[in-house]
Amino acid sequence: MALQSFFRDSPPLVLEQQHFQALLDALRARGYRLIGPTVQDDAVVYDDVESVDDFPTGWMDTQSGGTYRLESGGGETLFGYTASPQSWKRYLHPPVLELWKALRTNGTYRVASADPPPRLAFIGVRPCELHAIAIQDKVFLHSEFVDPHYQARRDNVFIVAVNCGQAGGTCFCVSMNTGPKAAAGFDLALTEVVDGDLHYFLVEVGSERGADVMRDLPHRPAGEGEIEAADAILTNTAASMGRELDTNGLKELLYRSYESPRWDEVAARCLTCGNCTQVCPTCFCTTIEDVTDLTGSEATRVRKWDSCFTMDFSYIHGGSIRYSAKSRYRQWMTHKLATWVDQFGSFGCVGCGRCITWCPVGIDITEEAQAIRDGSGAAK
Amino acid sequence: MQRDHKPKLAVWKFASCDGCQLSILDCEDELLAVAGEVDIAYFPEATRAVARGPYDVSLVEGSITTEHDAERIHQIRKQSKFLVTIGACATSGGIQALRNFRDVDQLVKAVYATPGYIDTLDKSTPIADHVFVDFQLRGCPVNKYQLVEVLSAYLNGRKPNTPSYSVCVECKQRGTTCVMVAQGTPCMGPVTHAGCNALCPAYNRGCFGCFGPMETPNTAALSAWWQKLGMNAPDIVRAFRTFNAYADAFRKESEVYEHPHHQG
Repeated sequence: MALQSFFRDSPPLVLEQQHFQALLDALRARGYRLIGPTVQDDAVVYDDVESVDDFPTGWMDTQSGGTYRLESGGGETLFGYTASPQSWKRYLHPPVLELWKALRTNGTYRVASADPPPRLAFIGVRPCELHAIAIQDKVFLHSEFVDPHYQARRDNVFIVAVNCGQAGGTCFCVSMNTGPKAAAGFDLALTEVVDGDLHYFLVEVGSERGADVMRDLPHRPAGEGEIEAADAILTNTAASMGRELDTNGLKELLYRSYESPRWDEVAARCLTCGNCTQVCPTCFCTTIEDVTDLTGSEATRVRKWDSCFTMDFSYIHGGSIRYSAKSRYRQWMTHKLATWVDQFGSFGCVGCGRCITWCPVGIDITEEAQAIRDGSGAAK
Repeated sequence: MQRDHKPKLAVWKFASCDGCQLSILDCEDELLAVAGEVDIAYFPEATRAVARGPYDVSLVEGSITTEHDAERIHQIRKQSKFLVTIGACATSGGIQALRNFRDVDQLVKAVYATPGYIDTLDKSTPIADHVFVDFQLRGCPVNKYQLVEVLSAYLNGRKPNTPSYSVCVECKQRGTTCVMVAQGTPCMGPVTHAGCNALCPAYNRGCFGCFGPMETPNTAALSAWWQKLGMNAPDIVRAFRTFNAYADAFRKESEVYEHPHHQG
């Protein structure tokens, strides 16, 4: 089919910035609810967007352990920010999800299912986040048991990836081999180029659906210079990572280090608040709450994000088996960087840096891994 | 639901501001459902009608601050099959437990024109220091949805969903951006028990710690970080000495900074 050959091996295209709105319009015309970056509460947060005016034009962030600051640089860049406070996880794997409800009437009951999820288009998915989605796909879809709730959301999603024009202060995608350029898992992938009066997106088409959307938009084939300009931006990003993580023999290192004195050291700082697991784009654990009304005529089963940092998470009869902060931090980090590999065939970490930035006391997984590698129990 | 009889509910007041009792009245729509499912046998804030005990469920508000109350709570316990303490006063001693850090006789002399009329205990203490408590519901005041949840769980014979993890989990669930990380605003959230649905951070304020310590609070690590944000020792003492000042973890942390030369 002509449409199929349109995107395979097709050279990159150019979408001028003034036609970015047309991309949003084309997606909405196809029935998608658009989710993209917006400025709210002093951060760039993924939320509903209507037009290009909702995007964080000129906003940039600086990030370090336990610190995030957003400021307007006054530029024209739409995607000049780095990792947002939370990932797309909250749309594909919602924090609170009603699974089903039972209603009692006249001595019997009926089960009501939840409403079908909306069709979402994600605008601005970073390459590390594409990898995180692929990891959650593996957890929820590519195993013996398919999660129907995740599947219903995932199947409908249209993904516009945006390659990273800058690295954040806690980014380490280069170490994890997940960025800063999107390789797969998108419908369209953009690289934003702002150069003097020029402002355009280099567009790579990754699916039939992506090709179909591009046909509605004014575009042209990219020139050699335009492709080189985009490549240069991504090369620069790769060279300016805020953090790095030595993954060489990492799994074996952690398996050897269950008794490392470093676990005691990090436990003294760890708040066991659970923030790292909540902001992590791959953490998938949930708990179930059954809720009834006062009259006993309605019962609802709700699934909520859980965290391996809570006491309930490891509660079996008699108590929690991971009582200490040490055992909980060790469980989390060892899962991300070691046991995940045996369980799912990859690291459970994509190097987005959220657990570092959004830890209220700035605990840094890359620093902890290095300290364990160095055999050091002392804080730096 | 079919029951042999409607459970009898009593609501008791000790040293408190009545705010938690008002949270019951604030249930509005749910209040009619509550009244439909239980016999409200004793609730002076709401009705003059009094039915004699024993009671199936007693909700107890307030802390123990007098000899008389220390005896009265035992009478209530004897008459109650299931006793639930509601709010920071009943679960940790409340704001009035600030006096626990001072000489109460001096306070009485400073505050009252005729100190001789005042007959009070040295300390304001939680109900659980005096009698066995079946369930504790935190908050200053309690969250009305949690209150209905506890009653609903009791009526349906299940465990209430009142997680004891940090307020941070609620912030992240509702999508609030962390005020401490993004703005440098000191926040009690990481050491505070969930239950308010992270109300203050959602309105751009740091958490005040109304629900008391979470299950495994690392107050020392949080204080250390606050100092990096510019808080000094008196600020830290004040942050931990509010509505749950006498809760163990908060009390100990405030005492560390009250006498900075004792810091190890």
